[in-house]
Amino acid sequence: MSDVPQDRKYLPSHEWAHSVDGLVVVGISEFASQELGELVFIELPKEGSNVQFDGAFGEIESVKAVSELTSPVTGKVIEVNQSLIDNQQAISESPYDKGWMMKVEPDEDSGIEKLLDAAAYQSQLSKS
Amino acid sequence: MKKTVLNSAHQRHGARLVEFGGFEMPVWYSSLTAEHHAVRQRAGVFDLCHMGRFEIVGEDPAQSLDRLVTRDVSTMKKGQVCYSLVCRDDGGVLDDILIYRLPDRWWLVVNAGNRDKLLDWLSDKLLGAEVVDHSEDVAMVALQGPLAASLLAPHVDRPKGRALEDLGYYRISRAVVNISGESIDGWVSRTGYTGEDGFELYLPSCHGEAVFDALLDLSDEVIACGLGCRDTLRLEAGMPLYGHELSEQLDPIGAGLSFAIGLDKECGFIGQQALRQITSTGPKQHLRGFVVEGRRPARQGAAILHQGQKVGEVTSGSPSPTLGVPIACGYVDATISEDSELEVDLRGKSALLKPHPLPFYRRDAQNA
Repeated sequence: MSDVPQDRKYLPSHEWAHSVDGLVVVGISEFASQELGELVFIELPKEGSNVQFDGAFGEIESVKAVSELTSPVTGKVIEVNQSLIDNQQAISESPYDKGWMMKVEPDEDSGIEKLLDAAAYQSQLSKS
Repeated sequence: MKKTVLNSAHQRHGARLVEFGGFEMPVWYSSLTAEHHAVRQRAGVFDLCHMGRFEIVGEDPAQSLDRLVTRDVSTMKKGQVCYSLVCRDDGGVLDDILIYRLPDRWWLVVNAGNRDKLLDWLSDKLLGAEVVDHSEDVAMVALQGPLAASLLAPHVDRPKGRALEDLGYYRISRAVVNISGESIDGWVSRTGYTGEDGFELYLPSCHGEAVFDALLDLSDEVIACGLGCRDTLRLEAGMPLYGHELSEQLDPIGAGLSFAIGLDKECGFIGQQALRQITSTGPKQHLRGFVVEGRRPARQGAAILHQGQKVGEVTSGSPSPTLGVPIACGYVDATISEDSELEVDLRGKSALLKPHPLPFYRRDAQNA
């Protein structure tokens, strides 16, 4: 069973959102990174752009397939993890830490309250 | 979803299982790329039990079969294996298959996804012969890679004391496989779908799991390999995959498979007239190979563009573990010259396609 940290919230599509110092850090779960397999490409939004809750914020591609990344928060992208462009390995090796993808300044209506807590996400995984 | 007799072995070896051709199959065990390199550099074991294994039984099986396949079966020698196509009247491809002439019988191996279709087609069209489905009672396992021959040879006895190493490419032989304390009667062919040297074993299904495990125990250099790397290996080797480069809507001339089509075959075969016609007028599109600029692979269905206009479509694409760049093949309109600048539409962004001759990889050239 893959690791699901308690300190953050999740989308059913396996992205996580972690609130830190007023920003929301976004990445994908260990389960998702294991499902994808070896990663070969990632496209992330530009810093300063806006992302929408449940909207696409980028794409991630493994040897076998391409997947859309879905934003767990509405707001403005403050910082993007540029190191992932050259090293997607970090997502597989450290999905909850070094594999973070973007930091978002959340809008008032950020959507975050609609996310699954760790227990609910864990239970979704155990059903799949 | 159907399971092969090796399903529990895959689970024991930690495979990630996916649906392929109606079967639950391993896509990789630990790493697609590591498995790919293992086959190019050492050896890997594959479960091929999902493929269809048929026998053609009748008074003159060769004569009956000859009218249904593109290859000239009557000229095949005992122990020979032949790549062939089965076509519709209009030349569209029903399947690409291997035909095996054993000393006393005729076998076919067909694609997993086409098993039922081919069984129906053959049952319906064969005159004076019947098709018998052995897919369930015979297991099929491959050992592929440059070490395959030296690793397998000590465990395989061929008739008249012949050595496994002396079995020619695309030849099949009776074999006793001495593995895991048993002597198992079956067949071995020097065939594969990876672009490497290697063997495919055909043994009673009840021994499938023991043989699979024993092949993995031959050496630390051997690992279990999933269909993921089988796909990247065959793509590098320029081998078509049904459902990608081949379909009922595509003709095999444009796919570059004229070598497997007996246009002048005297007995004739279903699709021969249409394929003669396509050969004389030229196919409407040709299968071509490309390196995709940048790091992003092009996938099946991506549009190939010339000056902004769609002139073709990608049929297969992947990062190439051997070449280290994304490679792709796809059909391009015959009106587009080889030196025309082409791009591929990667979900709204275009990338340059650099022509690359097929195949992308040849073992003789790179391991000489």
